[in-house]
Amino acid sequence: MNTTLERIAVPVLALLASAVLFGLLLAFYAHVDPLEAFGLMYEGAFGSWFSWQNTLTRAAPLILTALCTALPARLGLVIIGNEGVLVVGGVTAAAAGIAVAGAPPLVVQLVMAIAGMAAGGLWIAFAGALRQYRGVNETISSLLLTYIAIALMNHFVEGPLRDPSSLNKPSTWPIGDANMIGTIPGTDVHWGLVFGLVACLLCYLFQRFTTWGFAMEVIGGNPKTARMMGLNVGRYVLLACGAGGAAAGLAGMVEVAAIQGRANASLAVGYGYSGILVSFLARHHPLAIVPVSILLGGIGASGGLLQRRLDLPDAAVVVLQGIIFVAILASETLYGRLLKPKEVA
Amino acid sequence: MSGAPSIELIGFTKRFGAMAALDDVSVKVKAGAFHALLGENGAGKSTLVKCAMGYYAADEGQILLNNQQVVIDHPRQAHELGLGMVYQHFTLVPNMTVLENFVLSRGDLPAVIDWASERKVLNDFFSTTPFAVPVDLPVGDLAAGQKQKAEILRQLYLKRNLLILDEPTSVLTPDEADEVLSTLKKMTEQKLVTIVTITHKFREVNAFCDTVTVLRRGKLVGTQPTSELDNDTMAEMMVGRRETRAVVEREQHAVGKAVLKLDGLSVADNVGQLAVEDLSLEIRAGEIVGVAGVSGNGQRELVETLAGQRHKQSGEIRVHGAPYTATRAEMIRHKIACLPEEPLRNACVADMSVAENMALRSFDQPPSSPDGIRLKRSPMRDMARKLIEAYKVKTPGPDAAIKGLSGGNVQRAVLARELSSEGDLVIVANPCFGLDFAAVAEIRARLVQARNRGAAVLLVSEDLDEILQLSDRIVVMFDGKLALETPSATADVGAIGRAMAGH
Repeated sequence: MNTTLERIAVPVLALLASAVLFGLLLAFYAHVDPLEAFGLMYEGAFGSWFSWQNTLTRAAPLILTALCTALPARLGLVIIGNEGVLVVGGVTAAAAGIAVAGAPPLVVQLVMAIAGMAAGGLWIAFAGALRQYRGVNETISSLLLTYIAIALMNHFVEGPLRDPSSLNKPSTWPIGDANMIGTIPGTDVHWGLVFGLVACLLCYLFQRFTTWGFAMEVIGGNPKTARMMGLNVGRYVLLACGAGGAAAGLAGMVEVAAIQGRANASLAVGYGYSGILVSFLARHHPLAIVPVSILLGGIGASGGLLQRRLDLPDAAVVVLQGIIFVAILASETLYGRLLKPKEVA
Repeated sequence: MSGAPSIELIGFTKRFGAMAALDDVSVKVKAGAFHALLGENGAGKSTLVKCAMGYYAADEGQILLNNQQVVIDHPRQAHELGLGMVYQHFTLVPNMTVLENFVLSRGDLPAVIDWASERKVLNDFFSTTPFAVPVDLPVGDLAAGQKQKAEILRQLYLKRNLLILDEPTSVLTPDEADEVLSTLKKMTEQKLVTIVTITHKFREVNAFCDTVTVLRRGKLVGTQPTSELDNDTMAEMMVGRRETRAVVEREQHAVGKAVLKLDGLSVADNVGQLAVEDLSLEIRAGEIVGVAGVSGNGQRELVETLAGQRHKQSGEIRVHGAPYTATRAEMIRHKIACLPEEPLRNACVADMSVAENMALRSFDQPPSSPDGIRLKRSPMRDMARKLIEAYKVKTPGPDAAIKGLSGGNVQRAVLARELSSEGDLVIVANPCFGLDFAAVAEIRARLVQARNRGAAVLLVSEDLDEILQLSDRIVVMFDGKLALETPSATADVGAIGRAMAGH
């Protein structure tokens, strides 16, 4: 039971430490009252129904992109190519949506979702295959694949898929207002949030209540034992990477079908990178991803208020995110030491 | 160099817990000697030299260096006194040059190194040594024999004139080994150095060493000039006269059909060299075949291949006549069980619970999974409770993490998982390594039970007693090949000992 407590205590401590550091930075560098800033952040993130909706809208893509790191992490892989998958998923979904634009909206949306998930799944499965069959480090390859993804997007939105009327910001043709996925009734939050919640729940059920999920835990826990049990490690690597990639690809589809209406450079605004942070903060647990995404979505949502009221730069919240990430990585060394009395050597 | 020293170790005792790794061992090594330390795995050779080098603190024992008493509590003191150790595995940094490695290991470096003068010093030094290695080549580019020479030269460069070599030739080809050892031999004859070498190989002892000290189970058997010893005597000193018959109750019965058949099996080790070479072996139902041998002769690679943890290079593995590629389906169909050494590391998932670890073989079979996809945890737990009871695993409960259990209980849990399915083929490697007497006795009894009910058991062990006690048939592995095969009822222990030492 100690380990469960520790799994919560360590990230919470890391978060507190980051808050202190950020507070010091605000007080001594930006010369604003940190307490006031934190108060405003709360207000901007969770202070009203309006800010809640803003927060949840930002949390939706984080939930999905976080799964792209969390699922392969179960096997001991560190995938950080989430941003690229989101971009690939978004562009593919847009292209697919444009191709079937005349069909009923539900069909268009379904085709877009499947296209985005398939493209994203293949994208990360490729990194997984490189790792499993060619020994290429999956962290580096997935990161580099992100650059390829962004370059491909630029190529398509400025070339073959470009809508000539998008002058200032090259974009694909719009998918059409009728085909947008819309918002949850009674809110301004789009359906992508529900997709994310369902995806996390499914991943949790998969990990906990299927033999495949169990096999993945064995592989991640001790690959040597997994091979002794005759488990087909390569198949599970492809499966986990594919599923993770599909989730982030779906995030791209949601960005296109719920926010932008078309694919353009606005896809690559950092939801993928923040997703990595979410996954690590959540200890790669599918259910923990949800509250952590909301927390980080809230931090992002509060940026505007900090800017307006305290005249802080927009990047202030990005600095906080960066501090949190470093603190989380540093706190990895605390596991197993925090709650156990020091053993005598 | 100040000439070869003599060293005398008097009354060394070292206990690890209740076990005495060394029990009142005394060795006298004359100045300029080429002295061999001979013994099986676990005889105490390494423990003895580690005590002498200050890596271990001996419980009792005195060291006389050139007949003067010295105290060595730390490797640094040993180095200052001129004691140096050369290991089985290379310790030089592969991507640095020989010169850089040598200068680095001196440890008294100035902030700015004058490489030109260091190079000159080293070249001058090499002109005085019987062999040399290229100064400016990265160590990684040297052949194995040259690397080992560089290791030895470094010790000399650091002004160490009493060299302790721990199986220095195990990574060398016989030709390389001969070259290195013969130059060392010349150096001892010129009284430049004194050498103590740990070895298993009689050939090297006969050809190069002048004196042999034999240890067995932490005790001194004797020290004699090589010229007075023949291989039979050495083998007997090393393995002793032993009971060859089993203590464990075994049924007499005719052995059945072949269960495991290896045909020309070759397996590469981690660096791509053949560790198992063209090995053919048959194991029939109802027999235990013991594979004896000094560790590092391919046993680990053989077991890993059979367990599905390593790919074979060539040859054929057949189980019940069908080709075997270590997939889960085959393992379940043929009911294959594996008991590797260090079970927590090799056969468990440390962070998972006892129940989960006990279900690793069966989690995708009924009742844990009715359809191979859904996973039900309560049958898993029920099964674990039964196994915990039947195999007397001491654990707080089925949901406790397995890493919290003692070594013996981890092995019992693995035993429960592997043997409860009444497997047809049981592959076992050093199952009792590091366990206490009670656990050892129980594990051995379970293996004999498995044999009695008709399982084919492959027992790989570094413990010759274990092999003699349990096996129906014994084979000896040396250098990746089978060196000897004998029914254990008529086994000649001396012949086994000689085969283990490559004769």
